[in-house]
Amino acid sequence: MDPTLFSTLVMLAVVLLFLMPSAAVTVYAERRVSAFIQNRYGPNRVGPMGLFQPFADVIKLFLKEDIIPTGANRFLYTLAPMIPVTTAVITVGVIPFSEHVYIADLNIGVLYLLAVASLSVYGVTLAGWASNSKYSLLGGLRAAAQMISYELPMGVALASVILFAGSLSVLDIVNSQDIWWNIFRNPIGFVIFTVAVFAEANRTPFDLVEAEQELVGGFHTEYSSMKFGTFFLAEYMHVVIGSMLITTFFFGGYHLPFAGYWLPEMSVLAKSILDIFVFIAKTVFWVFVFIWVRWTIPRFKYNQLMRLGWTRMLPIAILNFAVLAVILYYL
Amino acid sequence: MEIYLFILFATLAVAAAVGMITSKDTVNSALFLVVNLISVAGIFLLLRAQFLAVIQILVYGGAIMVLFLFVIMLLNLSSEENMISRFSVKYAIAFLLGVVVLSQLLYAIASVTGTLPYVSPEMERVGTVEALGDALFSTYMLPVLVTAILLTAAVVGAILLAQRKFSGKENK
Amino acid sequence: MLEQYLPVLILVELAIILAIAFILLSRLLGPNRPASNKLGAYESGMDPIGQARDRYSVSFYIIAMEFIVFDLEVIFIYPWAVRYQEFGEGTLWAMMLFIFILFLGLIYTLKKGSFDWDTEHTATRKPRL
Repeated sequence: MDPTLFSTLVMLAVVLLFLMPSAAVTVYAERRVSAFIQNRYGPNRVGPMGLFQPFADVIKLFLKEDIIPTGANRFLYTLAPMIPVTTAVITVGVIPFSEHVYIADLNIGVLYLLAVASLSVYGVTLAGWASNSKYSLLGGLRAAAQMISYELPMGVALASVILFAGSLSVLDIVNSQDIWWNIFRNPIGFVIFTVAVFAEANRTPFDLVEAEQELVGGFHTEYSSMKFGTFFLAEYMHVVIGSMLITTFFFGGYHLPFAGYWLPEMSVLAKSILDIFVFIAKTVFWVFVFIWVRWTIPRFKYNQLMRLGWTRMLPIAILNFAVLAVILYYL
Repeated sequence: MEIYLFILFATLAVAAAVGMITSKDTVNSALFLVVNLISVAGIFLLLRAQFLAVIQILVYGGAIMVLFLFVIMLLNLSSEENMISRFSVKYAIAFLLGVVVLSQLLYAIASVTGTLPYVSPEMERVGTVEALGDALFSTYMLPVLVTAILLTAAVVGAILLAQRKFSGKENK
Repeated sequence: MLEQYLPVLILVELAIILAIAFILLSRLLGPNRPASNKLGAYESGMDPIGQARDRYSVSFYIIAMEFIVFDLEVIFIYPWAVRYQEFGEGTLWAMMLFIFILFLGLIYTLKKGSFDWDTEHTATRKPRL
């Protein structure tokens, strides 16, 4: 077999084996951190410090009854939970974990990310529609409108990142940050992108989709068993992937701070190991920020959410892009 | 390899198109159309049009079909009986048009011989973003600007069409 | 070029298989004891009233249409952002004009209050920009 193809296949297996547990670990981390923030214990019974809690949860979900409500559209009801988890997994395809370790380096990497993100809208919309429950339908519609609204500022913020890299390849974008991370060169873009990622992942303060007080569970009200579990898993995968995206585009990816100045030449293996550690450390930091924000900031109202997205973030993102383009052109 | 991928995507596209027409539920139809559009994106990719392929998914799959879904849900056309027309004359005309299109398609297919066209290394470059940008923003700069005006007109049109049904907020 | 996409294609297939496996496994492993109360739609313990699929606010529809238009704008921006250093000054300002024209469209929508989802009570306030 072709060696490069073989190495990418190995990469695929490693990434999938890494992503699945990372979602479970994030669930555990969220419960522990939220308990810490609220001065509680959190899960501490299953295994040492409750570490096996997420696995126990998954096994429990698998063994629960799988209910399809009478009024539901059976086909769409079953199809809907598959979509978010699929889109979450295929997003990692273009994220570089190191200069040499990535699944694919595409000429259109950034657009690939946006395209995949835009397809994840179907999961929530169809779940809401197929359930034939009022809470689900409202939750699904809200989710869809929210996700497409925040995709635009996200796209424009990414366009301003491309101005620095001059390429749509994600690897080139990370390599353009070897000295100055984009958070320093493009702080407004960073803020907009981060907020948009929070909104795309349907996390507080943007979790209107499943605002318990008004919509019960939102689009997954009617779901049970692992169908619910799949939505739940996908949500946390989106948190992990959102953290990876923020790291990749604005936090220098696998580069240490100002690495271009002082980091000596290393062998491929040593560099890869260092890169992966740096990348994971940054991702873990951002996952922590996701959790921290959820337990600190209250939820928006839906009208505030829409107003923020369209009347603030989109114009600011476009202006930021235009100003940066002019400055960089004459610099 | 390439020919197998082509057969995979082409079969998927045709199957999804047939599914779209025959499916009784309009939401299912819309989803079949999404599958069809994504398969066509795969075919674009096989023709080395990377940018076009991803745009196909992004715009048609992610934006336009979401609007379709919203409209289907808005009108609540959930089953087929809502769409059956009363006049069989329409069926006759539709049938005739269908026969014409089908015969054209069959003629086009029959006139093609041989296998997939050979893709030269130069052609590989044409589908990249860089090549497309070079063409768009030098030779075709004016059409791009005209597109901006067209898109703005579309914004205004969309608002005017829909806003009237709003709760009269703009009168204040 | 196509070799780059092969891993992505494999990843997509793996992801789909994984998703189907999740759903199938829970179907196979879980018990199946249907009951009419269990299968009804959840409406806070009351019997569900009418169908859930009803007509809803046209605002969602406007959002979707606006999204298409601005999505297209973003897509025009990307190829330019990749190569903007190679083009002359004229192209830079032509592109600024492009962004400006679309910005006008955005301002029009905002002034029309399409994204003002306030209720009647709060809608008496002027839409803030």
